Amino acid sequence: MATVELKNLRKTYLTEEIIKGISLSIEEHEFVVFVGPSGCGKSTLLRMIAGLEDITSGDLLIDGQRVNDVEPGKRGLAMVFQSYALYPHMNVYKNMEFGLKLSGMPEAERRAKIENVARTLQLEPYLNHKPGQLSGGQRQRVAIGRAIVRNPKVFLFDEPLSNLDAALRGQMRVELSALHRKLGATTIYVTHDQVEAMTMADKIVVLQKGVVEQIGSPLELYHHPRNLFVARFIGSPPMNFFSAIFQGGDAAGSSVQLRDGSTLYVPVTSPGLLPGTKVTVGIRPEHVELASSGPNSGVVEVIERLGAITLVHVRMPDGEIIVVQTDGAVLTDVNSPISLTLPPRNCHLFAPDGLAFEACHRHPLAA
Amino acid sequence: MQAVLEHSPPAGATARTTKRTGFLLLSPSVLILLVWSIVPLIMTLWYSLQNYNLVDPTLHGFAGIDNYWYLLTDPDFLHALLNTLVLVAGVLVISIGGATLLAVLYDQEFFGRGIARIMVISPFFIMPTVSALLWKNLMLHPIYGVYSAMMRAVGLTPIDWLARFPLMTVMMIVAWEWLPFAVLILLTAVQSLDGEQREAARMDGAGPIARFRYIILPHLGRAISVVVMIETIYLLTIFAEISVTTAGGPGVASTNLAYLIYSRALLQFDVGGASAGGVVAIVIANIVAIFLVRAVARNLEA
Ligand SMILES: Nc1ncnc2c1ncn2[C@@H]1O[C@H](COP(=O)(O)OP(=O)(O)OP(=O)(O)O)[C@@H](O)[C@H]1O
Ligand SMILES: [Mg+2]
Repeated sequence: MATVELKNLRKTYLTEEIIKGISLSIEEHEFVVFVGPSGCGKSTLLRMIAGLEDITSGDLLIDGQRVNDVEPGKRGLAMVFQSYALYPHMNVYKNMEFGLKLSGMPEAERRAKIENVARTLQLEPYLNHKPGQLSGGQRQRVAIGRAIVRNPKVFLFDEPLSNLDAALRGQMRVELSALHRKLGATTIYVTHDQVEAMTMADKIVVLQKGVVEQIGSPLELYHHPRNLFVARFIGSPPMNFFSAIFQGGDAAGSSVQLRDGSTLYVPVTSPGLLPGTKVTVGIRPEHVELASSGPNSGVVEVIERLGAITLVHVRMPDGEIIVVQTDGAVLTDVNSPISLTLPPRNCHLFAPDGLAFEACHRHPLAA
Repeated sequence: MQAVLEHSPPAGATARTTKRTGFLLLSPSVLILLVWSIVPLIMTLWYSLQNYNLVDPTLHGFAGIDNYWYLLTDPDFLHALLNTLVLVAGVLVISIGGATLLAVLYDQEFFGRGIARIMVISPFFIMPTVSALLWKNLMLHPIYGVYSAMMRAVGLTPIDWLARFPLMTVMMIVAWEWLPFAVLILLTAVQSLDGEQREAARMDGAGPIARFRYIILPHLGRAISVVVMIETIYLLTIFAEISVTTAGGPGVASTNLAYLIYSRALLQFDVGGASAGGVVAIVIANIVAIFLVRAVARNLEA
């Protein structure tokens, strides 16, 4: 098992810089997830680590060795592609055997290995099938099996579950997590899916336009987003934002004045900020509480009942919409007036440059 | 409702009229096809059973299988048959082998790829007679030819290719003509290979040669079988190139079946013998076609 270290990696296509200096270190056994909006460079970064794309500048170290110029097959990595990329003319057994054969492993050893992996992945009945005869989930398993048999130092996954339906995706997610726990291999995983990122990752790397926005554990990103972008990107439904005026702060918190004139005392520090500055308040839908009367009153515009939970979209007097996630059995109706309570401990404040104010107390789960 | 039904003609009658119109409209093309293919076939079959020589009108009448007998026992026939097979096989190997390599090469990015592609396709637009003449007079001529000049430039004696290696030279010329077709088909096939598959192979540690052998070549299987089928059908009847360059000679060294039939009918005026040759050629072509179509169909199914 191995460590991976990225030192100021950059990638330029023609004239456009796609990866703008990424530094990151990945520990042994760690499961790292790259997330970010479409086109932010996740796949490019992964492919640079794999060796499928040249590195324009910076260093890539695997187990402390610089591997910028090492062939992809010799870096000791295995990759699972979004399209699975199985070899269509080879059966499942041969697909898994291909890499081993090229590395000159003896026949008996290959067979033992493949059969072992096929058993783990429940692929034994399909060893003689061609990829075209398998379902999407089975193909996915073969692709994972092909990666596992090579016993790589690091696993790379590029949106491996995005071609599966929701139920199968959920099942494969759990299987992948279990597999990671069992093999303990260092893993780098690219995904669009919030749930995958939150549930599987030891460490999430949020990318935007080729730059790292934040690196941290899933709950760290959730409870202490470093800036507006991460706050908006992590969590579903996304965080609510509204503007406020900064009034002043001390060591225990900062007070801001909301649009309706009420003040909020949020437990975050605000060193050096001038009173009167415009700031942004953020609060997640699951932290807003409904009340029948009080300040912050608005009108219910849309209700989405998901069974276990209900999403209430409230139109505030200033025209902004605030989404509230609440109990599934809540009895509110569309067009009825409603008041919102914003618990200060769950509020985030963002300076005009988008950076979050430091929380006075770290969340116990995100220490 | 009832009235409407009564006034419109019965459905069956309409269908019959449509059918008849269809037949009428189809008949010109069917007739032309009949006249152009079935009638010559029957005439060929008929002549092949006749004593019929244009320079010897006294010899006529039913010949039975004599024409076939003379043909099949004629050493020239066997020679021509062998030449046909060598020519077909040789051109297939050279054009497909070359095209596979070129297709892989042209799939890579390199400077001037667009122009190189056009140049490799261009022989396709040259008529067989013209390209054969070009090769004969411009490239391979022992005195004026480009190759002769090149050989003299390095101090070698120029070779009269068409006299020394007639069959090989014809094969080379025909392969040059067919290379573009094979390149076109195989290049599109190479380009349709999923990029992630190649990358997966790279991750599996496959170098360029292993990728070619285990990923690209199997992917090209179908396209190659289609090229083999189409080329074979045309290559069985090569004529213009032989007629223009060697006229089948020296002796029968570069005579294939098509040229043998031509020389019997139009150089020796033996219509009966030539027709028998034609029938044999049709039989051979059909045997080859059946095998090929089956093989290709199996390949396409897999
Ligand atoms: N070969 C290439 N040449 C030029 N630009 C490229 C090339 N490959 C990718 N890009 C650009 O690099 C950027 C990042 O692409 P990348 O595939 O890494 O995005 P991504 O984060 O994986 O997106 P997605 O989530 O949609 O897969 C994109 O803007 C893309 O246009
Ligand atoms: Mg991608």
